Amino acid sequence: MKKIFNISFLAVILIIAGCNNDKKTTGESTTTDAITPSGGQEAVKDDESAKDVVKVAVGSKDHTTLVAALKQAELVTSLSNAGPFTVFAPTNAAFDKLPAGTVDGLMKDDKKADLQNILQYHVAVAGYKTENMQDGQVIGMANGDNITLSVKDGKVMVNGTATVVASVPASNGIIHIIDAVLLPPAKQ
Amino acid sequence: MKLSTTKQLFPILLAAFGFLLMQGCKPKGAQSAVSGDAASKVYVAPGKYDEFYNFVSGGFSGQMSVYGIPSGRLLRVIPVFSVDPEKGYGYSEESKPMLNTSNGFVPWDDLHHIALSVTNSEHDGRWVFGNGNNTPRIARIDLKTFRTAEIIEIPNSAGNHSSPFITENSEYVVAGTRFSVPIGDKQDVPINTYKENFKGTVSFIGVDKTSGKMNIAFQILTPGINFDLARAGKGKSAGWFFFSCYNSEKANTLLEVNASQKDKDFIMCVNWKKAEEYAKAGKGVKKAVKYAHNTYDDKTHSATSTMMNEVLVLDPKDCPDMIYFMPCPKSPHGCDTDPSGEFIVGSGKLAATIPVFSFTKIQAAIAAKDYDGSFDGIPVLKYASVLHGEVQKPGLGPLHTEFDDKGNAYTSFFVSSEVVKWNVQSLKVIDRVPTYYSVGHLSVPGGPTKKPHGKYMIAYNKITKDRYLPTGPELAQSAQLYDISGEKMKLLLDFPTIGEPHYAEAIPASLIMKNSQKIYKIEENKNPYAALGDKYARVERKGNEIHVYMTSIRSHFTPDNIEGVKLGETVYFHVTNLEQDWDVPHGFAVKGANNAELLIMPGETQTLKWVPEKVGVFPMYCTDFCSALHQEMQGYIRVSPAGANVPLTFSTGNPAPASTEKKDTIKNK
Repeated sequence: MKKIFNISFLAVILIIAGCNNDKKTTGESTTTDAITPSGGQEAVKDDESAKDVVKVAVGSKDHTTLVAALKQAELVTSLSNAGPFTVFAPTNAAFDKLPAGTVDGLMKDDKKADLQNILQYHVAVAGYKTENMQDGQVIGMANGDNITLSVKDGKVMVNGTATVVASVPASNGIIHIIDAVLLPPAKQ
Repeated sequence: MKLSTTKQLFPILLAAFGFLLMQGCKPKGAQSAVSGDAASKVYVAPGKYDEFYNFVSGGFSGQMSVYGIPSGRLLRVIPVFSVDPEKGYGYSEESKPMLNTSNGFVPWDDLHHIALSVTNSEHDGRWVFGNGNNTPRIARIDLKTFRTAEIIEIPNSAGNHSSPFITENSEYVVAGTRFSVPIGDKQDVPINTYKENFKGTVSFIGVDKTSGKMNIAFQILTPGINFDLARAGKGKSAGWFFFSCYNSEKANTLLEVNASQKDKDFIMCVNWKKAEEYAKAGKGVKKAVKYAHNTYDDKTHSATSTMMNEVLVLDPKDCPDMIYFMPCPKSPHGCDTDPSGEFIVGSGKLAATIPVFSFTKIQAAIAAKDYDGSFDGIPVLKYASVLHGEVQKPGLGPLHTEFDDKGNAYTSFFVSSEVVKWNVQSLKVIDRVPTYYSVGHLSVPGGPTKKPHGKYMIAYNKITKDRYLPTGPELAQSAQLYDISGEKMKLLLDFPTIGEPHYAEAIPASLIMKNSQKIYKIEENKNPYAALGDKYARVERKGNEIHVYMTSIRSHFTPDNIEGVKLGETVYFHVTNLEQDWDVPHGFAVKGANNAELLIMPGETQTLKWVPEKVGVFPMYCTDFCSALHQEMQGYIRVSPAGANVPLTFSTGNPAPASTEKKDTIKNK
């Protein structure tokens, strides 16, 4: 009986193999390979739409440090999303004002979480135009901490340390260029 | 003993397994008719594109749908002849004129056939045309925006079935009337005076080479028969058009019986180049009619309906050598020209053969006046003289024929539920496959053109019993995709369709995707009610009307608080989407409006009319999930009693808590 079992088992295998034979004959792709989006919305090919906050920053020669940091912190995909975002964008000069070695240190892979925390402290998920900003207004930022605005004679300052020097609209929000890096409050 | 038992058992087992093997591999029903590699042939991996767009008529849904081939994925439903609350089509003030007709606003139609624009008998990817069957119309859809750009009504027509087939360089799309009807001043006639008072027409609608704009160039008056389908010639036959016709009995009742009396009906051959010359030479008569011509302007984002009152009619009596009848067995339906333009395939619904006519022979017969009498004064060509040959006993109930790039034809058979592949030259049947069930039209990518892409064939079926999970008395109608790259046709995929699919065409994706528009540029927005920035947002009273000039951008409306509307007033929300970002429409809806939503594309302005019927505060919100703060994209409009003295105010953005009724607003100027 054992032998029969073995033979019948073999037969079953043969049946399966027989029925499946033509499965192996293809390998040819039938689809259009021309554009294969990989990654997030930042990879979408689109020369018609207005630029999003990332593309605006990429287009600014004064924000190369910020752009490099956004890439290192893997925030490009998020900021290419529908938003809406308010981004406080420190200039290269603002980063240069930090103690020597700070930026280089944050750009190390083992400091990614710290870098993300700092950069997310510069982003609010909402559209805040300067004309709607109020003196003393508190805004919750993406990292979970708050910033406080001061508005004096039309000049907007963040946390009393960074001045909004210009504002640039983007397709998915607004960028306020600031002259100092915002540092999240120390954890209790 | 043991051994002998084994020996005895073995052949039995072998036979049993042999039987199982046969059962296992033999196609029993539809499922097992699918070959093993079917899934990999239709699998389009996430992030990859389909190879072809398939434009499919929606039949009684009145719309057109777009599928990817080979995946069968639904990409878009384009509203054409029916209102579409999802997109605000036929509900927004801007789109309402698209559905205007000489009968007033008609919110529905029956879209049967597709014609993609062609240059030199090849698809050029610019426009797709569709016919409205019930209230005769032709629509043109712009393939940059996938939106209905134009609808023209066809006068002197009823049941615009033989439409909108297209000439070699998109010079004309045609509209042959299914129903013959009383034409001219005598409209109120007894139905049983059909034979004396009813006439048919075929209309040639000119298509502007650059804009695509349509105009009815001329109509040809015909005997009172029914026109069914049509095809233009190609290459050598490009100056001709072929229309299948039935009911040469001229019955006006119980056509099921009375229009099936004769052995042969006709294919009407029209020398449209000659007709064009007659029209230019003033041989036609301008007849008073009434029909609507509706166009959509991409700059004003608005449709305009113009009532036209004249059409040029050519009577074959005054225009010799313009039309001829060609006998065709038993109520011909499909009438298809092969890629070379030499062969015309007629499909008599009740015929036992498929006749194939030769254009060369037609020309010779005309030159030799090789006639078999005449029909209502129009010469009838001798069947035997124009016939290339017949496909004998191909199946039951032939309907439609498409072609591949190897000289083969594919004909659908409704009654025997199958597709038959045959060679156009030899007329020999090569292969046949079942469809599930009762197939109507077929589509081969590029099939009606000079250069078919002979890779796939799609069958559009009428009956879907047991093909899908049951959904009550009605099931989604289906399309079936076949691989036709080899000698044998292979079923790959079923996919459900919207409404009822009739004719469809498929075109390489590369011809369309590169032209696809992403946004409407805000600086080109010429809608008279646009607010091209938050600072232009405002509310104005004009007599009994309140006009809200509103903007939308992630993630707010300006204004979003409106007061001072009074019962009895009509409110128009003119909403401008300020976004300039692909695929970021905003929606707009207000509670209780006896209307649909608006769906406003980036850079566009659309208007929703609302007549409040109650006093109160009515919320309004964005209906299209636009952003992380979509749920915050909302507002209120207050409606007060007719005599109230609430002033008209509007505002957006008020960070301070509301204290008193009126002091808390940032006024927009």
